[in-house]
Amino acid sequence: MMGSLNILGILTVSFVLFHFSVTQTNDVEGRARQFFRSGHTNNWAVLVCTSRFWFNYRHVANSLSVYRSVKRLGIPDSHIVLMLADDMACNHRNPKPATVFSHKNMELNVYGDDVEVDYRGYEVTVENFLRVLTGRLPPSTPRSKRLLSDDHSNILIYLTGHGGNGFLKFQDSEEISNVELADAFEQMWQKRRYHELLFIIDTCQGASMYERFYSPNIMALASSQVGEDSLSHQPDLAIGVHLMDRYTFYLLEFLEDIHPASQANMNDLFKVCPKSQCVSTPGHRTDLFQRDPGSVLITDFFGSVRKVEITMETIDLTAAAEPLLEEKETRVFAEDSPTQMLSYVDQLPVAEIIHQKPKQKNWHPPDGFILGLWTLIILIFFKTYGVKHLKHIF
Amino acid sequence: MDLEKQRGRNAALAIAAVVVIVGIPLWWRTTETYRAWLPMTQIRELDSLHLCLTVEVEVVFAQGTLAPDHQKKLPLSQVREQDHHVDTETNLKYRYETKYRTATIMEEDALNQPTPAEADTALHILSESACGSVVVYVLPASSNLLAEGVNVFVGLKRTALVTFEQRTGPLQAVLSAIDAEVEPVLQTMSFGHRDIIAALSNRIRLAKLSKESLVDSMRAFKSSPGYEITFSLLNPSPQYHKVQWDIEGAVQQYIQPLLDKMAPVSNFSVDSQILYYAVLGVNPRFDKTASAFTLSADSLAHVINPVEARLGSNAASSNPVLNFLLYVPDPQHSPLIIRDHRGQGVSTNAFHSPRWGGIMVYNVNDMYDKDTASLPVNLNIDMSKVMGVFLAQLRLLLGVHQVRPPKGFEVQGPGNAGVADWELDRLLWSRSVENVATASATITSLSQLLDEIGNIVINDNIAQQVLNAVTAIQAAIAELEAGNLAFALQYSREAILASECAFFDPSLLHLLYFPDDQKFAIYIPLFLPMCVPILLSLLKIVSEVRQKRAEKNAKKD
Repeated sequence: MMGSLNILGILTVSFVLFHFSVTQTNDVEGRARQFFRSGHTNNWAVLVCTSRFWFNYRHVANSLSVYRSVKRLGIPDSHIVLMLADDMACNHRNPKPATVFSHKNMELNVYGDDVEVDYRGYEVTVENFLRVLTGRLPPSTPRSKRLLSDDHSNILIYLTGHGGNGFLKFQDSEEISNVELADAFEQMWQKRRYHELLFIIDTCQGASMYERFYSPNIMALASSQVGEDSLSHQPDLAIGVHLMDRYTFYLLEFLEDIHPASQANMNDLFKVCPKSQCVSTPGHRTDLFQRDPGSVLITDFFGSVRKVEITMETIDLTAAAEPLLEEKETRVFAEDSPTQMLSYVDQLPVAEIIHQKPKQKNWHPPDGFILGLWTLIILIFFKTYGVKHLKHIF
Repeated sequence: MDLEKQRGRNAALAIAAVVVIVGIPLWWRTTETYRAWLPMTQIRELDSLHLCLTVEVEVVFAQGTLAPDHQKKLPLSQVREQDHHVDTETNLKYRYETKYRTATIMEEDALNQPTPAEADTALHILSESACGSVVVYVLPASSNLLAEGVNVFVGLKRTALVTFEQRTGPLQAVLSAIDAEVEPVLQTMSFGHRDIIAALSNRIRLAKLSKESLVDSMRAFKSSPGYEITFSLLNPSPQYHKVQWDIEGAVQQYIQPLLDKMAPVSNFSVDSQILYYAVLGVNPRFDKTASAFTLSADSLAHVINPVEARLGSNAASSNPVLNFLLYVPDPQHSPLIIRDHRGQGVSTNAFHSPRWGGIMVYNVNDMYDKDTASLPVNLNIDMSKVMGVFLAQLRLLLGVHQVRPPKGFEVQGPGNAGVADWELDRLLWSRSVENVATASATITSLSQLLDEIGNIVINDNIAQQVLNAVTAIQAAIAELEAGNLAFALQYSREAILASECAFFDPSLLHLLYFPDDQKFAIYIPLFLPMCVPILLSLLKIVSEVRQKRAEKNAKKD
């Protein structure tokens, strides 16, 4: 019996030996080279909105539009960590509850039907954000709140909110500095928690946040340079607040044209929102990144295009004799025989529910109104008739 | 001098003395962070990795392979070493300790079986070889135990049968000839240099890796203390097909032996589920020539994502998940065939994705007659065929290396055992090396981090974990050098668990970055109002003393 040869392995090696220039063709060799082009096997996204209060509606809408694009392009919820500092969809001031719009005239509802927010409200803190990035979460944290990336994961990190020169404000009470962020990325690199990282920030003076990065394989984009403000796009008169920031608005427009098999690359992303549209000057940083940005596809970070290999070999297994299955069946039946047949109805104290006595109400002292009324009556009585009658009452 | 002034001066001096002698040390001690002691010198030693991997090889000569005068000189042992300098901080040394001896009577009997597989089993009954070792039985060239054109047979249990022509000449020449025959066997059955380099990919630059080992390292999951395996049956049309699968029995029979054998490497938990109305995200095309629906290799990449959203996972653990999906196509799209890059059908009808899992398409259109059957049709899945494919995919994803033996080799397939002992040994070698490399990288980067940031509190439990990790790494390296693979793996597992526990401890969060201006902003309002009067009074005392001295000097003159 000959052992099975791995035909695909030899095919891959021979393809690689013949063609190793990276071109964007759709032929057979192109698919085989897919493995080495990007070097990643899975995608993660960490999307953070750091502002609360109703007038910061646009920051939540920013994060949700990136969330929507990333999901549409294939990254599943289990690989997305979404942190929203406030709940706009169910805010009391939202005239259309359970919706978050990104275009005026309410064209596009980015909240959708199956949004999964992992960190919400006051859980969005600098500490939790850094814990998610570095992986130092308490052992009781569920899987959906963890960033379980490995050394072949491409991670997209998107931050939005109010920021300044070298810091980003969280929840109106604390801030994260660019040094802390750079150190967090360095710890991720030390533990090889990412293969490549794309960092996008949409705040005022956003470029200051990526100035301090020093770990390899990071590409960063920001919506404005140091000293510039990022502006919001358009208000909606019915909702009453600005719906989106300019940079993310045009980013969303760009991403709506991308589909999972698209070949658009990072150079196109750098051109999103030029100064004429954005008023601020978007910036980017690629010196830490090892590949040429022109060869990096948008779907390397925003989508999740899996690499597949055909399974060429199989193990020959012989089916066992029957006794194994019979034993299991008898064992299963023995466990199943119940000791006492219970009917569903008997498990609930229905008699108590239907014929219950009225609930005992605790006695409360008379409240303010009654007290005030009686005080008034007594005062008038004494004023009229004199204090000597007091002894008749007390 | 007035008494009051004297008193005032003494008071000021006493206060200044208290501030300096009591206050400053007290402030220093109460604001310093607790940092338990860490073995820094030992950690710095871990930075450079010098690994020595020792393999014990036993070469047993059957009758007719050695000339009698050579036989008298046996048993003897030799050691062969290979040095590989990987980079400035990593050095590898491979030692092959070879013992040559003649076969015993019982072994000769065992070799007299009709087929090599039976000879292998009989030999295994006689003696069990240690984990990590290789035993080679040398048969005479005249033996017809091995098939035509085959001169090496690799069995299931760390033994190999090699044919060899008896030759004359000095013993050393004969032994070198045997070594030349044994070398390819060792490359197949024991670790190869490529695998060890791939296991060290954490430490070394990727440029040194060959393309194949890069693909292997991308496909297999990294070493983890536990894995979760989920088997899912996808039935897009339960109104037509009522599909039954005995997954519990199949797992017990086919998968569990492999998982039991791999228990020293990591823990496994297996579960299964059935998903109804789950469709593939891709529309297959109908091919008239094959009269079947086809999925081309290009479209396979888009199949996984829509399905993955519906697969659950265990919320409590953070172990990597391996998903194995079995898809039974609906009658409108049956039969469904997967085509590879060259347009040919794939015999297994399955594909897998690196570090994720595998999908197999199981066609049921020939199990019932479409026109006459009453819907829904009861279908039983042949689990041995399905599990054969899943087992192959599982082996690939867990890192069991694929061997490409040279010409003339016959390698026995693992069958129901799941994995051959020597395949497991190969995995253990690379996992031990990977664990040791990862653990030492973790510990060194942790100590670097703790060194750089003076504000992080180092609790006692972290220090204990670091100490455990360091001792376990040193023990693992020692065991690798001694050739005890099983112990080396155990220690390396302890090392990696302890180092991960220490590195990812929640209390180590670096939230204590204070820019200097913030530090001043905190301390100045506290200390300035207190220090200014003290300083001023001290200055006044000093100036008075100086004045007095000047007066005294003036008086003297």
